[in-house]
Amino acid sequence: MILSVLNQIPIPKDIPLPLPLPEWLLVVIIIFSFLLHILFINLMVGGGILTFWYELRGRANKDYDLLAREIAATITVNKSLAVVLGVAPLLSINVLYTLYFYSANALTGNIWISIVPWVAVAFLFLYLHKYTWDQLADNKPLHLGILGIGVFSFLLIPFIFLTNINLMLFPEKWGEIQGFTDALTLPNVFPRYLHFITACMAITGVFLAYWFGRKNREFESKLETLTKSDIKKQMLTLALATTGMQFIFGPLLFITLPVRGISWGLFWVILGGVTTAVFVIYLLWLMLKEHSPVPGKRFYLLLGLFTVLVACMGTGRHLYRENALSTHKKMMAERTAAHWEEVRKAHENLLLPEVETEEGSFSPGQDLFQTNCAVCHAATARLVGPSMAEVVPDYQNDLDALKQWIKEPGRKRMDYPPMAGFPHLSDQQLTDISNYVLEREWN
Amino acid sequence: MDFPLFHLDFMGNRMLVAVIAILHVLINHALAVGLAPLVTLLEFRGYLKSKTKPDEGKAWDETARKLMFFAFVITTTVGALTGVGIWFAASLANPASLGSLIRVFYFAWFTEWIVFVLEVIFIMVYYLTWKKSNESPRRKKQHILFGAWLSIFSFLTMAIIVGILGFMMDPGSWVEKKSLVTGFLNPLYLPQLVFRTPVAMMMAGTVALMFVAYVMKKQNQWKTGILKYISFWILVWMPVAASGAFLYYWHIPRAMIGNLPVALGTQQFQDWYSSLVNVMIIVVAIGFAVSILGTFSPRRLPKHLLIIPVVASFLFLGTFERLREFIRKPYVIGEYMYGNGLLVEEYPLYQQTGILKHTPYVSFSEITEENRMAAGEAVFTIACTRCHTTHGISSVVRKFERMYGTENPLNEEAMKIYMQNMHNVRYYMPPFPGNDAELDALAAWIAEQQKHPHKLEGPQIKGVDVKKIKY
Repeated sequence: MILSVLNQIPIPKDIPLPLPLPEWLLVVIIIFSFLLHILFINLMVGGGILTFWYELRGRANKDYDLLAREIAATITVNKSLAVVLGVAPLLSINVLYTLYFYSANALTGNIWISIVPWVAVAFLFLYLHKYTWDQLADNKPLHLGILGIGVFSFLLIPFIFLTNINLMLFPEKWGEIQGFTDALTLPNVFPRYLHFITACMAITGVFLAYWFGRKNREFESKLETLTKSDIKKQMLTLALATTGMQFIFGPLLFITLPVRGISWGLFWVILGGVTTAVFVIYLLWLMLKEHSPVPGKRFYLLLGLFTVLVACMGTGRHLYRENALSTHKKMMAERTAAHWEEVRKAHENLLLPEVETEEGSFSPGQDLFQTNCAVCHAATARLVGPSMAEVVPDYQNDLDALKQWIKEPGRKRMDYPPMAGFPHLSDQQLTDISNYVLEREWN
Repeated sequence: MDFPLFHLDFMGNRMLVAVIAILHVLINHALAVGLAPLVTLLEFRGYLKSKTKPDEGKAWDETARKLMFFAFVITTTVGALTGVGIWFAASLANPASLGSLIRVFYFAWFTEWIVFVLEVIFIMVYYLTWKKSNESPRRKKQHILFGAWLSIFSFLTMAIIVGILGFMMDPGSWVEKKSLVTGFLNPLYLPQLVFRTPVAMMMAGTVALMFVAYVMKKQNQWKTGILKYISFWILVWMPVAASGAFLYYWHIPRAMIGNLPVALGTQQFQDWYSSLVNVMIIVVAIGFAVSILGTFSPRRLPKHLLIIPVVASFLFLGTFERLREFIRKPYVIGEYMYGNGLLVEEYPLYQQTGILKHTPYVSFSEITEENRMAAGEAVFTIACTRCHTTHGISSVVRKFERMYGTENPLNEEAMKIYMQNMHNVRYYMPPFPGNDAELDALAAWIAEQQKHPHKLEGPQIKGVDVKKIKY
């Protein structure tokens, strides 16, 4: 018997069903599919922000408007992939962290569920923006306003996800918070957010450098002052600057993490990621300085380094979660085992002979009446149905009519709801009930 | 019990799930499963016509593209989000049940996910390359092929989901096998698929008919031809949908009556079952009237009344969806978990020792004179709030008032007797899970709710109390 000495930590019971796959495999699936999902989320958010920025600049220079339009075309594809690729990690987190994830969801429930309509509306605004580019060419404030609503939503909605993912790691806080805003202001949510938005810009920069680096004569021929290499330079610079900023936001995130989940394993994995980031920055700087072609050898190396970087950070994220929850998971497993032992004993108790026999000298008819009829019929008072004193006189000396009525009743009194039938009772049971009903005094 | 229990005290948790799920099913059937093949067919007709009459072919192609644009925008926004939203909402409404279901159906949903990813890719390729495909006949042919693939994958996603639904409609198999194959072997699987497929086609036809009637200009000389073709599409699918419905209808009682958990359910089931015939006749009549009129005299189609077949065909599907509610109650997972999220196997323990001492989310374990009302509220939260509210939809106070009338205040004793045995006379109600003191507190709290109504806020507003549990 272990006694949970730490107050304010809820120890629920786990779902008593086995995992559908070995745990390690589920972990591999969740890390991999989450990274794939977040990649497209990054492109969607980053693409949204850049479209807004370039369309704004496009008011002075037409070329930027064209550039914004090209980027906008990528968002609507990336956003669909982001949603559909989110299903696999959602399924996996539901299976691996059922108790933690659902508890956090419930505690912020109204804001959590608002994701569904909010994202749908944000997407509709993005389509409206994309397909009214020509119609609203002479009303840019309106056109930008439409996009603004979508992009602003993209900037706010991550807070909801991050708040939940953060809250699920700290069961000791579950009793303290009241609603979403409390959970939002737990330490670590904002550092996570800054880390995420900056990553969005870096990933989008790399992607768009590639996107505009490909041969696309139709687009190039429309440009007047801007050139392909200008665009490439801007995108790589964006990636360089934002990756550099992670050297501020990364440590900020790390030091605000509650120490409970930090282990040497996590430290080395994160350090591996940081080291790779140094190489990424150096490579980006080289590419900018020497005007390396994109796509090209160095670019593919960059992609490789980014993959390592992201894999390190994704693994680190999972390790932290596992470390932070390990003690709680253990306590939960112990409590679950103890609970099922109690359930087993309770089933044994059911097999023991009834102790309170003095009271239980009921006739079978009385027993059946108590469980089936007393729900709606009292001796003299009106309950769901009429009182027994009122109805019994109708059946004096007519046992069969009463049996038939109980089995398949109709509706006699219009001021009462119709009676439910009891076709599942045996003839003997119906006889017992009817005898009891007719023999007893109901006054 | 083991989760903080999200609660919406006006609309109720079930309504939240229902709104999202219904929206998703309608969009999925009408705009994905049904519309993809219809649009592909319209495009193909346009392609054939363009060989001899380029103008007419272009008009058909353009109309098909506009229809697809509509489907593309709606399915990739509201359709996709409500699909994910069903999971979000269900995990709030009944976390214990969704947590259990996902463990058992992980593979099925994972497979579904892969098909779904492909469907999304096809829908994007199909719509976004449409304009480019008009550049050459070779590209057009390729494009039409993409439409065919999209149609196949849309159908596949539905075929898999129906298997999962089939499993859930066969309560016994959960307990015995806990394996998905039984869902596909369920006697209702094929009838359901045979029913849903033509109904989806029919729904898509009604939506397309209304869409074309509004979107194409009256002066467009090809409009009547297209209206006629879509009406014909509906006309062709109508007999299939009607016989599918009949087949399904015919199989339901044979497969289901034995599964109804308590024979009392049979009576309510019979009422619903006989009303089904009326719905079938009305919808089929409307469908035939519109499609025959449209096929033989498309000019006479009343534009503003075309909403009627759309609504009718949506209702058609909706009436059948209600079946699952009959099958599952009082369980949320057949014979394994009750609608309140508590396991059948755990009931003896809770009834012997009370439920409050087993949840970490109520600050006390024993009921005293002082905490009686708080205890009643806690019991209500655990045992009732997955389906009931205090004064909103499916209000517990209203339920009792409807039975006992409003002349006198609710009688605690009578309510206690009722709740102790209600599962015997109301087949859809699970048994009361707690001990006598808890029942007593619950009855007192409900009576107090009638006298002094106040809203019960969920943990998303007021947070949760936490206590330590000895184990």
